[in-house]
Amino acid sequence: MTAATTPAKSGVRSVPGAPLLELENVKMHFKAKGEGLLARKTQWVQAVDGVDLTVQPGETLGLVGESGCGKSTTARLITRLLEPTAGQIRYQGVDIAHMSERKLRPYRREIQLIFQDPYSSLNPRHTVGTIVGTALRTHGMVAKSGELSRVQELLEVVGLNPEHYNRYPHEFSGGQRQRIGIARALAARPKIIVADEPVSALDVSIQAQVMNLLESLRKELGIAFVFIAHDLGVVRHFCDRIAVMYLGRVVEEGPRDSLYEKPQHPYTQALLSAVPDIGVVRGVPPKNRIRLVGDVPSPVDPPSGCRFRTRCWKAQDICATDDPALIERAPAQRVACHFAEPPAESILAETA
Amino acid sequence: MSDQTPGAPTTVSRVPRESAAGEEAYLEVTDLQVQFPTADGLVRAVQGLSYSVPLRRTLAIVGESGSGKSVSSMAVLGLHDRRVARITGSIKVGGREIVNMSDKDLEGFRGGDAAMIFQDPQSSLHPYFTVGDQIMESYRAHNNVSKRAAKERAIDMLNRVGIPNPKRRVDQYPHEFSGGMRQRAMIAMALVNDPKLLIADEPTTALDVTVQAQILDLIADLQRDFGSAVVFITHDLGVVAEIADDILVMYAGTAVEHGPVNKILGEPLHPYAWGLLESIPALTGEPQPLHPIPGSPPSLLAVPSGCPFHPRCEFKDRVPDDWCTTLRPELVPRTADQGRTSRCHLKEPDKVFATEVLPRLP
Amino acid sequence: MLLYILKRVLSAISVVIVTLVASFALFFFAPTDPAGVICGPRCTPERVADIEASLGLDQPKAEQILLYMKGIVVGREYSTGGVVRECAAPCLGYSYTLGQPVTKLIGAALPVTVSIVLGGAVVYLLVGVLAGTIAAQVRGTSLDRFVVGTTLVVQAIPYFVFALLIALYATFLPDSGYHPITENPFLWASGLLAAWLTVGVTNAASYTRYSRASMIEALGQDFVRTATSKGISRRRVVYRHGLRAGLTPVVTIFGIDLAFQLTGAIFTESIFNLPGLGQLALRAFGQYDLPVLMGGVLIGSVLLVVMNLVVDIVYTFLDPRVRLG
Repeated sequence: MTAATTPAKSGVRSVPGAPLLELENVKMHFKAKGEGLLARKTQWVQAVDGVDLTVQPGETLGLVGESGCGKSTTARLITRLLEPTAGQIRYQGVDIAHMSERKLRPYRREIQLIFQDPYSSLNPRHTVGTIVGTALRTHGMVAKSGELSRVQELLEVVGLNPEHYNRYPHEFSGGQRQRIGIARALAARPKIIVADEPVSALDVSIQAQVMNLLESLRKELGIAFVFIAHDLGVVRHFCDRIAVMYLGRVVEEGPRDSLYEKPQHPYTQALLSAVPDIGVVRGVPPKNRIRLVGDVPSPVDPPSGCRFRTRCWKAQDICATDDPALIERAPAQRVACHFAEPPAESILAETA
Repeated sequence: MSDQTPGAPTTVSRVPRESAAGEEAYLEVTDLQVQFPTADGLVRAVQGLSYSVPLRRTLAIVGESGSGKSVSSMAVLGLHDRRVARITGSIKVGGREIVNMSDKDLEGFRGGDAAMIFQDPQSSLHPYFTVGDQIMESYRAHNNVSKRAAKERAIDMLNRVGIPNPKRRVDQYPHEFSGGMRQRAMIAMALVNDPKLLIADEPTTALDVTVQAQILDLIADLQRDFGSAVVFITHDLGVVAEIADDILVMYAGTAVEHGPVNKILGEPLHPYAWGLLESIPALTGEPQPLHPIPGSPPSLLAVPSGCPFHPRCEFKDRVPDDWCTTLRPELVPRTADQGRTSRCHLKEPDKVFATEVLPRLP
Repeated sequence: MLLYILKRVLSAISVVIVTLVASFALFFFAPTDPAGVICGPRCTPERVADIEASLGLDQPKAEQILLYMKGIVVGREYSTGGVVRECAAPCLGYSYTLGQPVTKLIGAALPVTVSIVLGGAVVYLLVGVLAGTIAAQVRGTSLDRFVVGTTLVVQAIPYFVFALLIALYATFLPDSGYHPITENPFLWASGLLAAWLTVGVTNAASYTRYSRASMIEALGQDFVRTATSKGISRRRVVYRHGLRAGLTPVVTIFGIDLAFQLTGAIFTESIFNLPGLGQLALRAFGQYDLPVLMGGVLIGSVLLVVMNLVVDIVYTFLDPRVRLG
């Protein structure tokens, strides 16, 4: 990509030395209607309940967890599509958690979002040129005269034919539509992209294409990512650090290798152990399986103490009374468990 | 579910069964074609598909969207609207021909000897009827029993698929169940008449990974108990490795590779299967760059001539003349191993895999 | 559930009160001269003042509204030339021109309108839902195209033209007229047949289309495919599983429709000479008979609100997911 034509007036403040993005004790509680005949008091869905995360410039942080764990809500909080109930969201050291829409605008440019569903996140009545061009114009990225050439340049970057700028989303396949979504995010020259399940809706072969595209963008443009996915293989492939979420909390967070090879939280172990493994048929001995029983409890009324204790085989009395803090158990690996320890043998079958 | 006590994790190890050639097929599909005439032209959803599944065995049909895996399986249960779909060829279930079966006979057949589990339990269960009601309806459609007896049976089945508190659960509506519980209920409904053939169409795709593991265990368990033939449709090769005995890889409406699971996943012989394996990031080792298949699957309105995979195939230059673009390869044994077949012109695919593909697998 | 209904009833009552005050204000602030109307052409100013006093029209407007409200709740008195008339609750006043209590007039007209509208609804619901369901099942065939084409033709004919056509050509129908059902149910039905046919056929067209669209959507749902895979008969799949889901949106439209039809049966009533609410309101409108008009508005808004309430409650029975509201 060539240098920008007209750099926007930034308007983004920053504190020297601060990380690119920092979430501190962020909470998002949604109001829910009471159930039952006489339930009058409002109930709160604790979608995100005290999340701490840090992303350095150019780094990729993976967020994994099952549905209802709060990972998508976290994405919406970081991009400030939601205003948190409590806590701080600091971008380059400046708290944007409750910033007004007007002040937020320059930050919105630098923090972009890619959605899961390439079908519904593009306006079917706008051409690709309009969709990407609007993003350019909204953030004052380019002079009117240079708009088309910049749009075509972006389309080329994401692997689309630049001559197709006047086509409509329905004329593209699912993978191509996701590329359009990526081009739109890139239009703003973001410093960080929050990608919420960007490849989940795509077929395996297309998924790999889009992953490779994101990978090259990360390397060439130095964009930091918060990458959300439920596919543990995809997250491992793409991310430097990974945070595992359960019921609105981060239960374990650490560098890729130590998290996958020496997970210390029982939930992380169970999660990794549940991934169906293709290695079995390649002569790799089948791994010992941890099978969780039951379902994730309701975020309206989460268990006291450790939230995982109702499904945890290590649970003791202390787990019901004391909420385990997220503390460092190995270099750069933080775990929220009273009985954190690496598994006796690797959970994942070693490839030959 | 609050009504479950935490317990120690169950530890399961599954070893894939060896090939059991020579068993009598319970489901036998021969040269199946499914076409849909539309305003834009003829959609060739399935072309010349043949496979068979004996009792007590699981065949996984693998493919991407539009590969024809779901369309072909719905045809097995006669679920296509005959005014919309053109179906030719033969589908024999327990010796009975399905393709030309009368509507009346189909009703007796569906849900009795052959049942189906669908992808999304949220939308596949009727939101306005209780779970018990829906299971009972299935049971009473094939058994002349009282409502009371049917309800007993429904409670039994819910218990069998691991739903706690089945007596209370039987009167609840699907929205009162969690996703995993709904899929269990769906399985209970499918198995209520002891079907000899179970078709599971992406039954775990909509579920979380820990719930998926539970459901896969459940299906494997139940198959052992019920001794049925299972057709398991999925796009996830990891799931295939877990559950299947045999694999059929589909592309653009045809089978491109077929054989025992350890052979097909361990040493695939078709470039499309290679591409799939190269597209899946590994869970261990240093992450390697992925080698995705270029391009996208063809439109079923205009399936490419010759080998339908040729526009995306990086090995087509190795095949002499214009075979790949003009001549449709047959699904035949490609190596000394007669137990597996592949639809490709490439010479010595086993050597190409070992020397060129295997080293770059993630 | 009970709490939900109670909440809905309370909000319904407040809607009625707001409508009442708003329409009272609109009508009573209008530059009309009801006393002059009642007094007739040969009238003296003293007589007008006398009538105004007896009707309470000399009071401040706000007080008039309060008096009117009070009349509805506890009743009120009117004094005309020294004669005091007791108007028991719910008192909606006296008709300026007919001299009768509005409640009595409405009480006589309401059953007529309700009979027309409900009877017509039975016709168009039966015909519409059935035709729509059948058309949805055979979508794309010539039968489907025939059904859709017919509905287009029927919908293109204005409602009153259709009513006129029935009145002129359907001479084989029994004479139109209203006989209370309590006296002679057979006569009641035969006298309303022409009106039912008009209301039924004209609305059946749109209900066929609603039902068809709704059923096509319902029959495409995953749970219908599941039902088919269970081996139950096609009829059971369509009429138990499909219709149950397909009917829900139709019920919503029906609830809104019905309330409008109750207040808008003017054409039907006029053409078939049935003394219903529409006729009453039309006459009152022509003669500035404000108490009758006000009564009509009140009863109309009550009906509208009640119908919405009924639909919401029916909905909770149709769809278990909204039961806890």
